[in-house]
Amino acid sequence: MKRLLILGGGTAGTMMANKLAPVLEENEWQITLVDEYETHYYQPGFLFIPFGIYNKNDVIKPKRDFYPSNVEVIMEQVEVIKPKENQIVMKSGKVIGYDLMIIATGSKVHPEETEGLKEDGWYKNIFDFYTIEGAVALRNFLKYWEGGKMVLNIIEMPIKCPVAPLEFVFLADWWFTEQGIRDKVDIKYVTPLPGAFTKPIAAKFLGQFLEKKNIQIVPEFSTGRVDSENNKIISWDEREIDYDLLVTIPTNMGSEVIARSGMGDDLNFIPTDPHTLQSKDYENIFVIGDATDLPSSKAGSVAHFEADVLYENILRAVDGRPLKSAFDGHANCFIESGFNKGILIDFNYDVEPLPGKFPLPGVGPFSLLEETRMNHWGKMTFRWVYWNLLLKGAELPIEAQMTMAGKKRQ
Amino acid sequence: MAEKTLAGKTVQVDDEGFLVNPDDWTEDMAPELAKEIGIDELTDKHWEVIRFMRKDFAEKGQIPSIRRMKNAGGIPTKDLYAMFPEGPAKKAAYIAGLGKPHGCV
Ligand SMILES: Cc1cc2nc3c(=O)[nH]c(=O)nc-3n(C[C@H](O)[C@H](O)[C@H](O)COP(=O)(O)OP(=O)(O)OC[C@H]3O[C@@H](n4cnc5c(N)ncnc54)[C@H](O)[C@@H]3O)c2cc1C
Repeated sequence: MKRLLILGGGTAGTMMANKLAPVLEENEWQITLVDEYETHYYQPGFLFIPFGIYNKNDVIKPKRDFYPSNVEVIMEQVEVIKPKENQIVMKSGKVIGYDLMIIATGSKVHPEETEGLKEDGWYKNIFDFYTIEGAVALRNFLKYWEGGKMVLNIIEMPIKCPVAPLEFVFLADWWFTEQGIRDKVDIKYVTPLPGAFTKPIAAKFLGQFLEKKNIQIVPEFSTGRVDSENNKIISWDEREIDYDLLVTIPTNMGSEVIARSGMGDDLNFIPTDPHTLQSKDYENIFVIGDATDLPSSKAGSVAHFEADVLYENILRAVDGRPLKSAFDGHANCFIESGFNKGILIDFNYDVEPLPGKFPLPGVGPFSLLEETRMNHWGKMTFRWVYWNLLLKGAELPIEAQMTMAGKKRQ
Repeated sequence: MAEKTLAGKTVQVDDEGFLVNPDDWTEDMAPELAKEIGIDELTDKHWEVIRFMRKDFAEKGQIPSIRRMKNAGGIPTKDLYAMFPEGPAKKAAYIAGLGKPHGCV
C-alpha cells in the first residue's frame, strides 16, 4: 500500500481529503490525515464575534464530522517532517512514512514577535480578533466600553485575509453608531501599506470608504514596539500613535513544525511553485492554503481554488504524469462594510480587483467593487457555504481560474 | 525600457529606476543610486547591508526581506530604518541594484 499523507486538517486539508477519498484506488492508496486539535474553527466568523453578531458556538464544529470515513485520522502534533526520508515524526516519537504528502498546516498570529505587545495591556486594552480567545475577550471589552481612541493596527504584511482589518473598522463604525457613542470614538486605521489595500484601484475605492465613515488612515506605519504603560504604538522610525483601545493584527507566521523541519522561509512559509503548488524543494510534497509562500491572498476562497488545481495535480502525480500549471492566484473576497452592506472583490496574480458583475457577467447577483446589500447577503451566506459545500470539497458555480468576463477595465 | 548611465556604464532600468538586470550592477554604482533617493553618503554600515543583500540574493535568488536581514544578516530592523528612512526594503534593494521587492498582498 502507498500512503498519501495530509498534514493539517483545517480548511484546505479537509477539502483535499474530501476530494481525493472517493477517487483514489482504495487497494493501492491509504489516505492518512494528521491534525493536533479536534475542533474546527470557522475563522471568517471571528470578525463578527466582537460585535455580538456571532458567538463562539456559531463558529465551531468537530473536525471529524468533515473527514471521509475511509481516511485514517491521527490526532496528534507533528514534531518534525523529514522530507529527505519521506517521513514525519509525531510528538510521541511515532514515525509515519509517506509516498506523497500535502502540507496544509495554515498560519497563526504571533504577538510575541513585537516588543511590548503581549505584555501588561494584552487582553486588557489590547486585543487581536484572529484567534477565538482574542475575539471573545474583545467582545467582553466592547460591551462596556464608553469610547475613546480606537486604533486598528496591522503589525506587518503578509496577513491572512488582508481585508479583515478593513471589515473590522467598517463594522466598528456601524456598531458604535448603533450604541449611540460613535461621536465619542475616534477610529484610526494604521497600516504598513501605502493605502487601504495592496492593489491600487481597490486601495483608492476602499480609501474613499474610510474617509466617508470618518476613519483616519495612517499609511506606511511599520510598528516597531508597543509601549503599553503609556498606551502608544511606536514605528521603527519613531513615529508615535496614542490609543485607548488597540485592536492589533500581530505578525502572521506558518506553523512551527515547518521551522523545526527547516522547510520554510523567515516566516515559516514553504517555498511553493505558484502555478502547480508543488514544493520547490521536494517532488513528492505539495503545499496548499496559508502554509505556502505564494504572492496570493491567504484566504479560504484561495484555498478552495487551489484545491481544484491540486486535486488534478495529485492525480497526475499518482499516475506519473506531468503537472498542470493551472493556479493563477485567484482570490474572491466579500468585504463586510457595515449597515448591512458589503463589497466584493475578485482578482488574481496579474489582474487587480476591477468593477463589474459576478459570477454571471452583466447579471450578478453580486457587484464587484461596489457596495450593495446583496454582497452583504453573500458574506453572511458564506458560513453556510463553508460548512456545507466548501469543506466537503463540493463544486461551486465558480471556476478555479479568474475570468475577465463581467469585469470592466479602468 | 528606459536606460541610464551609472559609473560610466549604460544599464537598463524599469519605470521606477530599479536596475532590470542585477548582474549589470557594480559597487561603484551604489553611491550614485543612493544619491538619487536622498542618501548622500554610504557608511560602512550601509555597505554591510548592501553586501549582505547581494550575497543572499546570489544564493537564494530572492531579495531578502527585512526579517531575513535581521535573522540571517544580523542587521537590527531599527538600524535599517535609520539608515534607509521610509521603506528600507525598497531603498536598500534600489541601491544594491536588485529589482523592486515584491509587494505583499
Ligand atoms: C479573522 C479572520 C477572518 C477571515 N475571513 C475570511 C473570509 O472572509 N474569507 C476567506 O476566504 N477567508 C477568510 N479568512 C482566512 C481563512 O480562514 C484561512 O485562509 C483558511 O482557514 C486557511 O486554511 P488552511 O487549511 O491553510 O489553514 P487552517 O484552516 O488554519 O488549518 C491548519 C491546520 O493545521 C493544523 N496543524 C498545524 N501545525 C500542526 C502540527 N505541527 N501538527 C498537527 N497539526 C498541525 C492545525 O491544527 C490546523 O487544523 C479569515 C481568517 C481570519 C483569522
